[in-house]
Amino acid sequence: MSELTTDETPVVRMVNITKHFPGVLANDQVNLTLHRGEILALLGENGAGKSTLMNMLVGLYQADSGEIYVKGKLAEINSPQDSMALGIGMIHQEFMLVGNMSVAENIVLGMKDLPFVPPMAEIHEKITELSKRYGLQVYPDKIIQDLSVGEQQRVEILKLLYRGADILILDEPTAVLTPGEARDLNEILKKMLTEGKSAIFITHKMDEVMEFSHTVQVLRRGKSVSVCPTKSIKRVQDLANMMVGRDILFSLERGPYNPGDIKVEVKDLLVLPVGGGKPILDNISFSIRGGEILGIAGVAGNGQQQLTEAITGLLKVNGGTIFLNGKDMTNKTPLQVIKAGVSHIPADRGSMGVVGDMSVGDNLSMKKYRTAELSSHNIIKRGLVRKFADHLIELFTIKTPNQDTSVKFLSGGNIQKTILAREIDACGGILIAVYPSRGLDVGATEAVRQNLIKQRDKGCAVLLVSEELEELLMVADKIAVMFEGRIMDIVDAKDAKTEELGMLMAGVERRDI
Amino acid sequence: MKFRLEKRDSRSTRMAVLVPVASLLVSFILGAIVLLISDANPFQAYAAMIKGAFGSQTKLQYTLVKSIPLLLCGLAVGIAFRLKFWNIGAEGQYVGGVIGITWVMQFWTFLPSALLLPVGMLVGILFGAIWGGIPGVLKAQWSVDETLTTLMMNYIIIGFAEYLYFDAWKAPRGNMGTVLYPKEAWLPRIWGRVHGGIFIALILVGILWFVLYKTRWGFELNMIGKNKRAAECQGVSIKKNIILAMLLSGAIAGLAGVIDAAAVTHQLTKGVDAGYGFTGIIIAWMSGLNPFISIIVSVIMAALETGSDALQMTMKLPNAMGAVLQGLILIPLLAGNIFIEYRLLVIKNRKEVTA
Repeated sequence: MSELTTDETPVVRMVNITKHFPGVLANDQVNLTLHRGEILALLGENGAGKSTLMNMLVGLYQADSGEIYVKGKLAEINSPQDSMALGIGMIHQEFMLVGNMSVAENIVLGMKDLPFVPPMAEIHEKITELSKRYGLQVYPDKIIQDLSVGEQQRVEILKLLYRGADILILDEPTAVLTPGEARDLNEILKKMLTEGKSAIFITHKMDEVMEFSHTVQVLRRGKSVSVCPTKSIKRVQDLANMMVGRDILFSLERGPYNPGDIKVEVKDLLVLPVGGGKPILDNISFSIRGGEILGIAGVAGNGQQQLTEAITGLLKVNGGTIFLNGKDMTNKTPLQVIKAGVSHIPADRGSMGVVGDMSVGDNLSMKKYRTAELSSHNIIKRGLVRKFADHLIELFTIKTPNQDTSVKFLSGGNIQKTILAREIDACGGILIAVYPSRGLDVGATEAVRQNLIKQRDKGCAVLLVSEELEELLMVADKIAVMFEGRIMDIVDAKDAKTEELGMLMAGVERRDI
Repeated sequence: MKFRLEKRDSRSTRMAVLVPVASLLVSFILGAIVLLISDANPFQAYAAMIKGAFGSQTKLQYTLVKSIPLLLCGLAVGIAFRLKFWNIGAEGQYVGGVIGITWVMQFWTFLPSALLLPVGMLVGILFGAIWGGIPGVLKAQWSVDETLTTLMMNYIIIGFAEYLYFDAWKAPRGNMGTVLYPKEAWLPRIWGRVHGGIFIALILVGILWFVLYKTRWGFELNMIGKNKRAAECQGVSIKKNIILAMLLSGAIAGLAGVIDAAAVTHQLTKGVDAGYGFTGIIIAWMSGLNPFISIIVSVIMAALETGSDALQMTMKLPNAMGAVLQGLILIPLLAGNIFIEYRLLVIKNRKEVTA
């Protein structure tokens, strides 16, 4: 990172910010200072109050007490419009994009000075110009729902740049990115700094803090526990300890690699896009044995999600076969696949994993409600469901007021634990986990990974799709790299090298490495 | 001063009770404004309406008789709405029921008269189910928008019913309407005008509540309605359930028509499209899709209709007042529901100071 001069007035100064939520002190007398050209990493576990603090800076929440100064002036920020007018923009973890509108439409949507008939040609031109300048590749005509998560994030960044934001807040920007994309983001941020912009980014990844930031501020349980220049940090471990207030286990317990029979066998799988074109899945073949974790590495949007949907019966395939636990399960319904013993932790927690408006107890029983364990003669036994849910809540340490709370009111980590509990409990030998630790804090991530390994040690075949190589190297036994719907190579995790995997992820053929 | 909404940390149960009650009050205030504009004293008007709806045994009976098809239509619509399947075709499914029972009553003369009513009811229910099932299949197989299909199917069957009672099935005497059903096949009355249909409706409320809240199928419908994609991931078939729910929804709307025809009109004639199916939409929404609450709501809706008839007679106001009030009830409720999950914050302006 470039040197930082701090003689000017800070661009943002938050003073003694306190915010209560019913039963929770989310921010307790927090101070924060951001200078021009600075990248501040806001580090903390889920629930530490990082997002709350930033939401107050962009006007989504109001502080109970405390003051915010922007560019030296006391600011009254009551809405995102107010903060945008001050040049502050935020990219949320959940993107704020309209799925069935184009990139360009999304970028200008809601802009106050937009004419009644927007000059789309002009807008396209400006977007293309901005995207070139910052190296953010997007196509203004594309529809949002056709884009990968990584691409959608670029649209979010462009949205802010288009509006002339000079203070950017990024909420866990790399949670959805591959190592390569994360590096691109780093480049983009550097370019922005040279133009006098500043950024705050919320994270709980230590390596990112070291790589991206000038200054790091650590929040723990609503309080600011440390602010220091990133350079002064000697060991990553120290940061981690500051964040959680205890030593973290960086290695996971795992039994010896002892593969059994083949449980998942995929042969020559072919999926074509509706309306023709390049195959989404192109002759995919692999097998997973019991007691084995196959990791799928790759940049998001290279067919990983479709692969898991084809296996779980959510997506029809055009060719090839899928054998699960010895039975031909090609193009069977999701229910048949579940009955064949497959559990699935889907990519998108909120929209695929849980029903947010239903209770924790209901969500936990969504796989087993149809079995004799929880119902008889089509009637659900409420008493059994309650006992079952309480048992899982305890076993997986799901933090919820009670099992009647709607799932949507839980934190991301606890929503994921709810899904894990349900899927692992009902697992019949095959577990498919797609980005299971995305957006989770250290503690929850550790729990997710340890649980996957536990299933492997019990003899399950585990398919783990992840964007984090570090995670795959730590958890998987074998790693398959996907690129543009193909498997580039399958390697043993213990011999795999990050650089080599990175090359494969970028589409470089094995023989050229 | 500024206002803004902030999301609550959990659903407010206090608001969940308060909002429907408050919105009922708001709608009566809004109604009072309409009455004032029509040069009527709102207090007198409301008093006349209450008297017209509940003022005597006969009036109470009229209100209850009206509330039976309303309740059934509300239940019918509510089942589809659980899946977020916007069935606005209960009206047509209701008419389908009436056509079905009339067909049996008029032409299945080979049946012993004791069987006419049960067979007629079954056929009517079947017609309703088919009329609801078609948009269900269209949606499940080809994602055809159900608001359009259910709405359009109303006009098709209403037109067909007109053809029947003006022409094909018209009684030899008179200029419209079919022959009255044989008297022994009428659904018997139990208290004045109130007929046995009230039992069928109340029993159905109990059955539906059980099915929706206690069975696996009810659980699946709930999942689909609240998150279709997640339900699919858990192995719930969306297509099958949309079709099943629409068959059931249509069947219940058909049952409403069957009961009203067998117990009240005893024929297929003009006025068969009395709007119960549309009012059922309001009832389903107001009851929060809860079968038991639907009972109360449908009596209120029926009272608004019978009450406004009285309004016409005693205060010379158009009886459309009832429809106006029915509509006014829904708007504050829909608007007010936001307060169950959000709270209103008032922000006082502070002066801008330079630091």
